[in-house]
Amino acid sequence: MAPIPGSGLAKGLAVTLRTMTKKSVTAQYPDAQPDLPPRTRGVIGLFEENCTVCMLCARECPDWCIYIDSHKETVPAAAPGGRERSRNVLDRFAIDFSLCMYCGICIEVCPFDALFWSPEFEYAETDIRDLTHERDKLREWMWTVPAPPALDPGAEDPKELATARKTADKLAAQQAPPATEPHADEQARAAERPTRPQGDSKQQTDQPKPDQPTPGQEGRE
Amino acid sequence: MNDVLDVILRLLIVFVVFLTFPLIIGQTEHKVMAHMQGRLGPMYAGGFHGWAQLIADGVKFAQKEDVVPAGADRRIFQLAPAVALLPYLLVLLAIPIGPDEGAVGQVIDAGVFFVLAVMGVGVLGSLMAGWASANKFSLLGGLRTAAQLLAYELPMLLTAASVAMAAGTVSIPGILDAFEWWWLPWQIVGAIVFFVAGLAELQRPPFDMPVADSEIIFGAYTEYTGLRFALFLLAEYAGIVVLCGLTTVLFLGGWHGPWGADGLGWVWTLLKTAVLAFVVIWLRVTYPRLREDQLQKLAWTLLVPLSLAQIALTGVVKVVIQ
Repeated sequence: MAPIPGSGLAKGLAVTLRTMTKKSVTAQYPDAQPDLPPRTRGVIGLFEENCTVCMLCARECPDWCIYIDSHKETVPAAAPGGRERSRNVLDRFAIDFSLCMYCGICIEVCPFDALFWSPEFEYAETDIRDLTHERDKLREWMWTVPAPPALDPGAEDPKELATARKTADKLAAQQAPPATEPHADEQARAAERPTRPQGDSKQQTDQPKPDQPTPGQEGRE
Repeated sequence: MNDVLDVILRLLIVFVVFLTFPLIIGQTEHKVMAHMQGRLGPMYAGGFHGWAQLIADGVKFAQKEDVVPAGADRRIFQLAPAVALLPYLLVLLAIPIGPDEGAVGQVIDAGVFFVLAVMGVGVLGSLMAGWASANKFSLLGGLRTAAQLLAYELPMLLTAASVAMAAGTVSIPGILDAFEWWWLPWQIVGAIVFFVAGLAELQRPPFDMPVADSEIIFGAYTEYTGLRFALFLLAEYAGIVVLCGLTTVLFLGGWHGPWGADGLGWVWTLLKTAVLAFVVIWLRVTYPRLREDQLQKLAWTLLVPLSLAQIALTGVVKVVIQ
C-alpha cells in the first residue's frame, strides 16, 4: 500500500510533540553533580602508604608524566643481632595531568595497589603548569575513590578470598577430627572478612603474597 | 482633548503589545524548541527557568559595536532594519482582538488590503539590506528574498481575497462580524495556504532559504551587528505575531468561540494566536529547510492552484447560498 501523502510530515510533527512531553535529558551539571558509574576515569589518586617506590608506574607510563623522587633509609634491626634493612622513602610523587592520557596503565601495573581511579573530574586549571599535581593532592583524591562495585551474582570468589578459604579448609582438615567441621567454616568466614576490599582498608594488600603473583607482575614475566 | 488622549492610549497599547508579544513568542520558542529536542533551553537568566533570556540578549546586542562595512551603501544599510520592523507595527494597529470599538488600534475600512500591502513592505527591508551590504552572500540572500516574496505574496493575497469575497467586505471587523462557524471548513484550504505563505514570507524555517545560516551565512543580515541585527530578529518575531493574528481574524473567527461570547472575545483571539504561534515554532523544529527550487515549486505548483481553487469554491458557495 502506498503511504498517504503527507503522512511523513505528520509523523515528523508527532515525533517532536512526543519529545516535548517527555522529560528532557539535559544534566544541569554545575547545579547537579553527574551520577558517574564505578570505575570512572576521572583522576588518578595515590595511596602513598602502599607505594614502595618501585618506579613501575613511572616506567610504564607511555608519555612519562609521573615524576618520582625517593631516598633510601636504613631501618634498625628488628631483633637484636638481626640485620639492618633498607627501605625506600617517597620524596616526591607527581602526575602531570596535562600529559596524562588516562590510559590507566600505571594503575594496572602497580603491584602494591597504590594507584586508583577516582571519579573526581573538577580539577581544571587556568595555567597548564598547575596541572602537575603533587603527592598531597593525589593523596587527597584517594578519599574520593569509591568502594569497588559488588561482584556479579554467581561470580567466582575473588582470588584473595578463595586462597584464604583454601588455607582455612586445609588448616581445619589437618588439626581437627570430623566433629569440628562447623568450626572450620567459621574460620573461613573470619578469614574472608578483613580481605573485603573497601574504602581505606587497602593496607592489608601491601604484603605481597609470594605464591600469588599479581596481574602486573605476570605481564612482565 | 479626549480624542487626543484616546489616540495616545491606543498607540501606547499597540506599541507595548508590539514590544512584548514578540519577546514572549521568542522565549516560548527557546523553551518549546529545547524541549522538543530533549533539552531544557535557557535556565539561568532571570533566575526562574531563564525567563529573562531575551532581555539579556537585548542588553548584549545593545552593547555591541554598530558596524557599517566600508563598501556598503551607508544610508540604505542603516535604514533597512527600520523598514523591516515598522510595517509590522502598523499592521498590528489594524488587527482587532475583540468585537468592541475599543479592541482595535484603528478601524480601517480597507483593512485586508491595508494589512497585506503593508506586510509586503516589511520584506523590502531584507531586500535593502541584501543590496546595501556590498556582500555577495547578502546579495544572494536578497535575491532569494525577492524570489520568495514574488512566489508567496500571490497565494497569500488570493486566499485573503477569498475570505473577503465570503464576507463581502475588506474591513477586518466587517469580516469578523460576518463570520459563521461553518466558514472554518469552508475556508480551511485557504487558511492553510495563507498560513504557509505567511511563514514563507517571514522566512521562517522550513522556508528560511534566504537566511540559511549554514549556507549563505544569514543572507541579507550577514553584515549586521548589534542593535540593527537585533531589530531584524525582532521583526521576525513581530512578523509571527502579525501572521498568527491575521490568520486568526481572517480564517479562525477571531473573537468568536463556542462559549464566553460576552466580554471575553479577546481571550479567544489571543488564545488562537498563541496556538498558531506554537504551530509556527513546532514546524520550525520539525522540518528541515527546503531547497530553493523546492521552495519555488511548492508555491507555484501547489499553493497558487490551491488558492485559486479556494476562490472558485468560495464563489460557488457564495452564489448558491444567496
